[in-house]
Amino acid sequence: MVHGVPVATDPTRQTQPTGNGRSPAGRTRPIAMAVEHATKYYKTQTGLVHALEDLSLEIAEGEFVCILGPSGCGKSTLLWAMSGLHDLTSGRILLNGTPVTGPRPEIGMIFQDANLLPWRNLEQNIRFPFEIKKLNPKPYEARIRALLDEVGLTGFEKKYPRELSGGMQQRASIVRCLSFDPSVILMDEPFGALDAFTRDEMNLLIQKIWMETGKTIIFVTHNVTEAIFLADRVVVLTPRPGRLAHIFPIDLPRPRTIEQTFTPDFIKIVLEIKNTIIHGAYTGPVAAEPGGGVGL
Amino acid sequence: MASELRDTIPTFGSQGAQGDSGDVSLTNWSALTHMNFAKSGAEALVIALVAVLVIGGAELAVRAFDIKAYIFPKPSEIGKTLFTQFDLFWPHLKITVKELLTGFAIGASIGLLLAAVITQFPFVEKIITPYILLLVTTPMIALVPLLILKFGFGSTPRIIAVALASGPMVMINSATGFRRTDLAKIALARSYGASTFQIFTKVRFPLALPMIIVGLMVGSIFGLLTAVGAEMVGGKNGLGNQLAVYASLIKMSHFYAIILLLALMGVGIYVLFYWIGKKWASWQA
Repeated sequence: MVHGVPVATDPTRQTQPTGNGRSPAGRTRPIAMAVEHATKYYKTQTGLVHALEDLSLEIAEGEFVCILGPSGCGKSTLLWAMSGLHDLTSGRILLNGTPVTGPRPEIGMIFQDANLLPWRNLEQNIRFPFEIKKLNPKPYEARIRALLDEVGLTGFEKKYPRELSGGMQQRASIVRCLSFDPSVILMDEPFGALDAFTRDEMNLLIQKIWMETGKTIIFVTHNVTEAIFLADRVVVLTPRPGRLAHIFPIDLPRPRTIEQTFTPDFIKIVLEIKNTIIHGAYTGPVAAEPGGGVGL
Repeated sequence: MASELRDTIPTFGSQGAQGDSGDVSLTNWSALTHMNFAKSGAEALVIALVAVLVIGGAELAVRAFDIKAYIFPKPSEIGKTLFTQFDLFWPHLKITVKELLTGFAIGASIGLLLAAVITQFPFVEKIITPYILLLVTTPMIALVPLLILKFGFGSTPRIIAVALASGPMVMINSATGFRRTDLAKIALARSYGASTFQIFTKVRFPLALPMIIVGLMVGSIFGLLTAVGAEMVGGKNGLGNQLAVYASLIKMSHFYAIILLLALMGVGIYVLFYWIGKKWASWQA
């Protein structure tokens, strides 16, 4: 698949995604999405930018996977390729066994900064995907109302995005995405622009929605705590070009709470992941501090 | 696959909009939408009071300094003439309005269409832009004598002049609007499988609408200027022509009554587009 480019030196990396027996989801459920040897170069005015290098990954149905890495590591590129918005230089993406060559109706995307259309009110924004897909929104109306209620936006239907807070805008964009019932949700640093408190609130909301609906969620973030809080597995990428550094299965019980993010178990994973990002590869387990001290 | 996104690195750090910072155009839209008339009764009273003072002051000054009517007639005289002699002005007003509307409709639709098409092809835009700039900067009244030679003294040369004056104005402003491609919004539409046509109607056009409205406003005001100017250059009717006639007859109250009429038309155009902007483009503010 990839010629003339040195393949990742550590051969075990190639087997990690499938060989990860610790993932409870990966073992039993069928594969929803697969990334096979994804490599991506961007052509820019200053030359080629190498964004992704031979990255392979499998995501089980109903799994919550976080893709984590430093800025510019190609994690958004990977997500955009999975959504069919970008094509890969080499490699391919499979969704339910068929290659992704363009946007697919089974996929819903949630973008950075909510990405609402400022000239439409909330209701019209939620109707936007239906207009594009030429779907009659009538059968979905009850669903949309229930979703609005769940995220606490009932009564705000006629408001314009500029009249809503950042958190409310992002909640509206979650409703917009869930409204047409996609089976896979791709989230591109959705809460990056929100303050820490709103971010906690949004993470709890996403966890709740995920646990209720059982959607497959692939969530890109550069926030380690957020990734561990949400994910079944955290996929850590190396700095540009993005390669697979390590996959961390997160076995913490659900539903997770914000308090849990301050427990020694949690912080141990945070440190392991931070070490992995610094060294570009997994450096082994971090010794838990004596007395379970919270060193942050 | 979404062609416009292919080589775009998805790093929408700050809002993601390209060219969304401070519109580069002849007019600043915020001046339109941020303007609020009379927030309270007291404010309205002050505004009305100042207007009365200005007009009343002019009336008093004309009387006090005994200014000759052929230099500046009394404001009350101008108002009286406008009302009592309106039958004299009405046919000419109709002609000017007809020329303005016809010319503007032709110019604006061509300008809008051209802007929508050429902004999709950056190279074509580079080729065409110098000529559009030439049309924008050249006073179209200068062409009127030539147009009269070809089309006679009727309305046709004026309509052409109005179209030539307003069209490029509409075009350059609309083009500025259409060039505001917010890739995040386009990606959003693409993720739902939008066609290029849907991207245009559902994303690019609404995004461009505030600038299009600004273009239409500027274009129509330029059209009015050009219509009146063209009527003054030659012909036998229209408000511009009547200005020349009354000036030569030293009927100054008639002259100023027409000036007042033209001013009201200009303000009318402005207010019309102000409300259109409020209704369709206030999200921009």
